[in-house]
Amino acid sequence: MKKLLIGVLAAGLGLTLTTAEAAQTPAPPEQEWSFDGIVGTFDRAALQRGLQVYREVCSGCHSLKYIAFRNLSDLGYTQAEINLLALEAVVVDGPDDEGEMFERDGRPSDYFPSPFPNDRAAAAANNGALPPDLSLMAKARKGGPDYTYAILTGFEELPENWKELDEYSFLPRDFKLQEGLTFNRYFPGHQIAMADQIAMAAPLAGGVVEYADGTEATIEQMSHDVTTFLMWTAEPKLEVRKAWGVKVMIFVFVLTVLLGFVKKKVWADVH
Amino acid sequence: MSDKGMMNNPVIRWIEYRMPIFSFLNHSVGTEYPSPKNLSYWWNFGSLAGIVLVIMIVTGILLAMQYTPHADHAFDSVERIMRDVNSGWLLRYLHTNGGSFFFILVYIHVFRGMYYGSYKEPRELLWILGVIILLIMMATAFMGYVLPWGQMSFWAAKVITNLFSAVPWIGDWIVTWLWGGFTVGNPTLNRFYSLHYLLPFVLVALVVLHIWALHQFGSNNPLGIEAKGPQDKIPFHPYYTVKDLYGMGVFLLVFFAVVFFAPNLLGEPDNYIEANPLATPAHIVPEWYFMPYYAILRSIPQKLLGVIAMFGSLLILLVLPWIDRSPVKSARFRPVYKWLFWVFVVVCFVLGYIGAKPPEGVYVVVGRIATAAYFLFFVVVYFLSYIERPKPLPASISEPVLKGGGSPAGAQAKPMEKA
Repeated sequence: MKKLLIGVLAAGLGLTLTTAEAAQTPAPPEQEWSFDGIVGTFDRAALQRGLQVYREVCSGCHSLKYIAFRNLSDLGYTQAEINLLALEAVVVDGPDDEGEMFERDGRPSDYFPSPFPNDRAAAAANNGALPPDLSLMAKARKGGPDYTYAILTGFEELPENWKELDEYSFLPRDFKLQEGLTFNRYFPGHQIAMADQIAMAAPLAGGVVEYADGTEATIEQMSHDVTTFLMWTAEPKLEVRKAWGVKVMIFVFVLTVLLGFVKKKVWADVH
Repeated sequence: MSDKGMMNNPVIRWIEYRMPIFSFLNHSVGTEYPSPKNLSYWWNFGSLAGIVLVIMIVTGILLAMQYTPHADHAFDSVERIMRDVNSGWLLRYLHTNGGSFFFILVYIHVFRGMYYGSYKEPRELLWILGVIILLIMMATAFMGYVLPWGQMSFWAAKVITNLFSAVPWIGDWIVTWLWGGFTVGNPTLNRFYSLHYLLPFVLVALVVLHIWALHQFGSNNPLGIEAKGPQDKIPFHPYYTVKDLYGMGVFLLVFFAVVFFAPNLLGEPDNYIEANPLATPAHIVPEWYFMPYYAILRSIPQKLLGVIAMFGSLLILLVLPWIDRSPVKSARFRPVYKWLFWVFVVVCFVLGYIGAKPPEGVYVVVGRIATAAYFLFFVVVYFLSYIERPKPLPASISEPVLKGGGSPAGAQAKPMEKA
């Protein structure tokens, strides 16, 4: 009776799983990240390269409003370097004593300036699609950083005969790429408004950035670096969290073992 | 900490004479509160839930010092807590995950009560207070989830409050009244914040009543037979205080593993997108602990009936003591009920799974079958209590304990010496 029941349930669940899988967006492939695991940390060099990619490419459209220049000390920059990075930004401040807004050089306490004055302006400049703020992107989508990486590397030319190819079986049969959009297999709906000003297909065409540390700027390398950087912008306290976690777990484990022995001792005369 | 030793302290004696709080505590959770000697680890979950309630209140009060309950600033203020407030990330992750773990503990606590018949005479009121605690907890959790003002916060608030529009004639009026406007907006956020701060203290008061009712007859136990005399009991302190502390250690290991290494495991990624009334998420899903009720709601094609079924699935627990007529409490001695119980647990999990899935295709069918099974359980339990033949009950709590343990009769008297 029990086995029968479990069998029926398992069959039922199996059925639901298989029917749901058809016609779904492919899951982003798992990547290896320096911040994975219980002692993972951010690769500082990747963070700095990622910042460079953000500043030279992404920041053309995407804001990063929760990050201030002072936060960049986490990336391994010195105070002097941060001052210089902030200086490159032009910040609108005010009103001054005459009631006028004015522009001034950035300071470390300033947040990253947004590329557009407001959301409407951002959407207007991008075919009506608003480029989202990237501060939390690495944890605001299912799949997290794997998804971010998959999107950045997932731009491709959809072949004419895709209906005959098994690889594209996830696409609805009546799929049609709209004018001005780019095909991306990992994006919900598979067409993304992410701009193609830089290359004909992907925002990160190989070599678009010249890395300061001499690393070859392939699409994969840049995607990996900028994703690492965006994971930091989303979880800036990840390293301290994991470091505390290890200590807390050791402490609670020892405490629990001791409590277990005390419990055993106290209860010795009951059973 | 024996009673006499403590009373040698003049300060304690001075207070005790004017307000006997120490003997009160001693009778509540001390050496003077006799408990059945055979409680299993399933009896740890009540005290664990109490510990989590304290964690929630402490972290909640600290978070409230940094949070801004305004539709334009709530999301930003949460990010400020995560980035700039000292240990703010820890407070927030303890609080959000604490909510989830609170439900895990309470659900296990409820299932334990159902398996061992803890709701039966003379503990009906204790059970009813427990169900009310569960209901208030759900209201608190729902309103708390709205506070970060992410996409799921906003849309879950909209969907759930909209359920009240199913009420005939005055439904729309109720919804407007709940919202404090014509959509979920700043007044909604403000009142949810106010109530989210208030209700936990209502919970504390209900927990006090729950424990008061518990102390009238003491804990039920795995055998479901009442203690026959002092040989069946041991003092709460030190036996159950140390057992609860040990349980707490094991719980904290699991809880902290999630808080420190996978703090977003139980959350929805969409809630890291700020609320946008103009963009509906593809799938609006409540938090995992509401999934079974959400599945029941969506399984019934008529809106009002769906709402009634959803609330009914919880309210029916209030009358469980009168649905189950069997005089035998523990499922150990109820060969059919035991199976029925596990089927019910599986049904709850299936409902939880269905609640997380879009309402289409085979999910709808499975959801409807599981919904029917959920309510059918209570019908079957009612009739079962008349026809089931229970196994013979042991004569007393000490009898089976001694049989298994193999220690001689001396063990019967010994435990009380500890007091």
